[in-house]
Amino acid sequence: MPAPIRLRELIRTIRTARTQAEEREMIQKECAAIRSSFREEDNTYRCRNVAKLLYMHMLGYPAHFGQLECLKLIASQKFTDKRIGYLGAMLLLDERQDVHLLMTNCIKNDLNHSTQYVQGLALCTLGCMGSSEMCRDLAGEVEKLLKTSNSYLRKKAALCAVHVIRKVPELMEMFLPATKNLLSEKNHGVLHTSVVLLTEMCERSPDMLLHFRKVWILVPQLVRILKNLIMSGYSPEHDVSGISDPFLQVRILRLLRILGRSDDDSSEAMNDILAQVATNTETSKNVGNAILYETVLTIMDIKSESGLRVLAINILGRFLLNNDKNIRYVALTSLLKTVQTDHNAVQRHRSTIVDCLKDLDVSIKRRAMELSFALVNGNNIRGMMKELLYFLDSCDPEFKADCASGVFLAAEKYAPSKRWHIDTIMRVLTTAGSYVRDDSVPNLIQLITNSVEMHAYTVQRLYKALLDDISQQPLVQVSSWCIGEYGDLLVSGQCEEEEPIQVTEDEVLDVLEGLLVSNLSTPVTRGYSLTAIMKLSTRFSSVNRIKKVVSIYGSSIDVELQQRAVEYNALFKKYDHMRPALLERMPIMEKTASNGPTEIVQTNGETEPSVPDTKHPPLVTQPANQANDLLDLLGGNDVVPVIQTTLPTKPASAGGELLDLLGDLSLSSGPAPAPSVPISQPPFLLDGLSSQPLFNDISAAIPPMTAYSKNGLKIEFTFERANPNPNIAVITIHATNTTEADMTEFVFQAAVPKTFQLQLLSPSSNMVPALNQGSVTQVIRVLNPQKQQLRMRVKLTYTHKGSPVQDLAEVNNFPPQSWQ
Amino acid sequence: MMHFLLLFSRQGKLRLQKWFTPIPEREKKKIVRDMTTMVLGRKPRSCNFLHWKDLKIVYKKYASLYFCCGLDAEENELLALEVLHRYVELLDKYFGNVCELDIIFNFEKAYFILDEFLLGGEVQETSKQVVSRSIEASDMLQEVSERPCSR
Repeated sequence: MPAPIRLRELIRTIRTARTQAEEREMIQKECAAIRSSFREEDNTYRCRNVAKLLYMHMLGYPAHFGQLECLKLIASQKFTDKRIGYLGAMLLLDERQDVHLLMTNCIKNDLNHSTQYVQGLALCTLGCMGSSEMCRDLAGEVEKLLKTSNSYLRKKAALCAVHVIRKVPELMEMFLPATKNLLSEKNHGVLHTSVVLLTEMCERSPDMLLHFRKVWILVPQLVRILKNLIMSGYSPEHDVSGISDPFLQVRILRLLRILGRSDDDSSEAMNDILAQVATNTETSKNVGNAILYETVLTIMDIKSESGLRVLAINILGRFLLNNDKNIRYVALTSLLKTVQTDHNAVQRHRSTIVDCLKDLDVSIKRRAMELSFALVNGNNIRGMMKELLYFLDSCDPEFKADCASGVFLAAEKYAPSKRWHIDTIMRVLTTAGSYVRDDSVPNLIQLITNSVEMHAYTVQRLYKALLDDISQQPLVQVSSWCIGEYGDLLVSGQCEEEEPIQVTEDEVLDVLEGLLVSNLSTPVTRGYSLTAIMKLSTRFSSVNRIKKVVSIYGSSIDVELQQRAVEYNALFKKYDHMRPALLERMPIMEKTASNGPTEIVQTNGETEPSVPDTKHPPLVTQPANQANDLLDLLGGNDVVPVIQTTLPTKPASAGGELLDLLGDLSLSSGPAPAPSVPISQPPFLLDGLSSQPLFNDISAAIPPMTAYSKNGLKIEFTFERANPNPNIAVITIHATNTTEADMTEFVFQAAVPKTFQLQLLSPSSNMVPALNQGSVTQVIRVLNPQKQQLRMRVKLTYTHKGSPVQDLAEVNNFPPQSWQ
Repeated sequence: MMHFLLLFSRQGKLRLQKWFTPIPEREKKKIVRDMTTMVLGRKPRSCNFLHWKDLKIVYKKYASLYFCCGLDAEENELLALEVLHRYVELLDKYFGNVCELDIIFNFEKAYFILDEFLLGGEVQETSKQVVSRSIEASDMLQEVSERPCSR
């Protein structure tokens, strides 16, 4: 049998192949030859054949039939064989392979070989891909080699130990004694790998970390080594562009970071050297900047003094101005990590950061955007928003969703005026309207409802936007909702903020009907338009037209539309007396979470749901009925019905998403899509604005009052001004019971005159315990924009000693401060 | 630590692959495909850093070869560039003005050099001379002590 062709020969031949098919043919032929050679157990050429196999494996062809051959090569006595054998093992025999463990014995023998290069091969293989079992078996050998004086082997053993610890953390302890003198080595290879080993141990075991910190007192040792590196003159062996062993310097800085974290003493011990490195390192080349970068990360992570922190941030600021893109990128990433703890220092570099928005590099743009949002505050909101909106206009689609969300969040927290806020929202909707996230629609609707004085302006602008473009669904949805709500303001031309437009009822209905039939509208959008049209039946006079539209959609193929239309039809036909009440103006919505009020919208927003069907009278009509009774009592039409919400109170999580973008210190990949925030988010750190203190102490300015006291039931009102809207009074009722029997099924209802809006939140319970053993509390929010005198009619129902009790009362003795 | 190091040409042909974590063969192929697509798709003057899953990807082009490595999130990207550069310098010293063809025809040597420089995804030796001397000594051992088995 002729000698198998040489490796380089094969490579040359394969490279001449002009097509994939030709290559495959050559490879198959050679594989067949190799296979038969393996079968013949040919020792001489096994090495050559395996090498060829490895080449073909790199081209993507299967090579598993060479696995056992690698084992044979490793077991051979020839160094050449071992070299190729171990290479083959590392490429073909990872721990998932069945035959992996068969290597163990060979490796064990080679770890004790007389030639250090053979030992080196074994250590390398074990340290790159040894399985947990193999590591367990051979850890003892590695530990032995860790104590050798041969630096070539010692450094490899150290990294092998790192691998063992990664695979089998319990074995960490056994390496501890051998690690003790590693740092007193002069050899840089050993020093470097020792620092890596110590780092791995510290990261994995808090006990080890403590041990190294307090018992071995590593910090001064490391500081000394680092100092020597910096102060020593030119060392040709380790020099990189004038810096001595940058790899070792960076690893030491990293270990110092871990040791100094949350430990004052260690941090103090390293202060000087950090300052020295930060000021003396040459920054003209990448290598110097790599060291500075690591230094900055360390300074920011340990308990450094403020002067040092400022120095670090300034280094990052200088990085931002560097021509090298990599350095700018790294600076932005680091600033993102520090922006929360050192906010003011980072603010100083705001203009440079904003300039980075215009960078051509996608990665830099993204970091700059995230950082810009983190830097927005009450003082710079106008300027920053201008830049960010400009960015939104011109950026790539991959950024638009995140940028839009960020703009909404920032605008909500820091809007200098309602009008500015609405304008900003409009701008985002019109420029990036199809990219905004789905849950921004309910958010915006809530926002708009709360800006009572801007309703006319808002609906007018949204209407004009609709005339221009109906393709952007979120914009269309918000607009139709607003037109449904405030259409009366639109046609009456009441806008104060800008020139009111002349628009007739028919034109408005034309636009809404246009949405229903347009191909561009999604089913959700169609739902919005139909509901809006329905709402206009109480605001417009052209009811017949609306009736006609609604009845047409009663036979729509879209089930959702059909259901709505049928229910609205029924509303017209059988329940027309309820229509005004059901379609009344929305009350102000509770502003708890700025990006999760989808629940609110469900209970409050679509309250026109249902025309009652006989089986399941919906939640809404009941209070409407009762409210109607109260309506009668207070004199007919001038009362707004109370709509109970069952929304639990939540702490504000405004900007929680932004926190997610920023707070992820491990810098997850790609554009982190801001996740929809679960309702139970912890309160946002930077901001205390939107948290509604509902069960709070009495505001000292407004005295409490007794609203009702009869038959042992006493109801007290305590007051609070709600931030930020001073027109909202928050009243907490406390119901107590002095009788001997509990009052069960306790329900408190209230009605106010028309100029007010009222919202009742869920009560703490519906049982008032006897003998003042406890109380039921419930919160009422009253919006009083016209600052009229507050009066209230209350209705109480409960069961006492088995019999139901009902009572009505008027509450007129509100303290003046509560409504002035 | 470094999770993998890949060398590939402008046409996406793989010239070297070093994996420091156990990954199924199929997934390795996918990662290689993803890396080549991502890196080759970058605009010429972009920065050398990318994000992919939870890894930092650092890449650098040397003549017709792309050197691409995947790192843990806490690694220093700027230093990673230095690591890649050091490897190129070592190859250059060994082959004398190294070019892609050298690595194609002597891929096993490229691996041997890499294995003297990195181990388990970490740098094992920071001195160029020590690495070069180790390789030379190993090569000598290969030639002298055993019966030569030329490939």
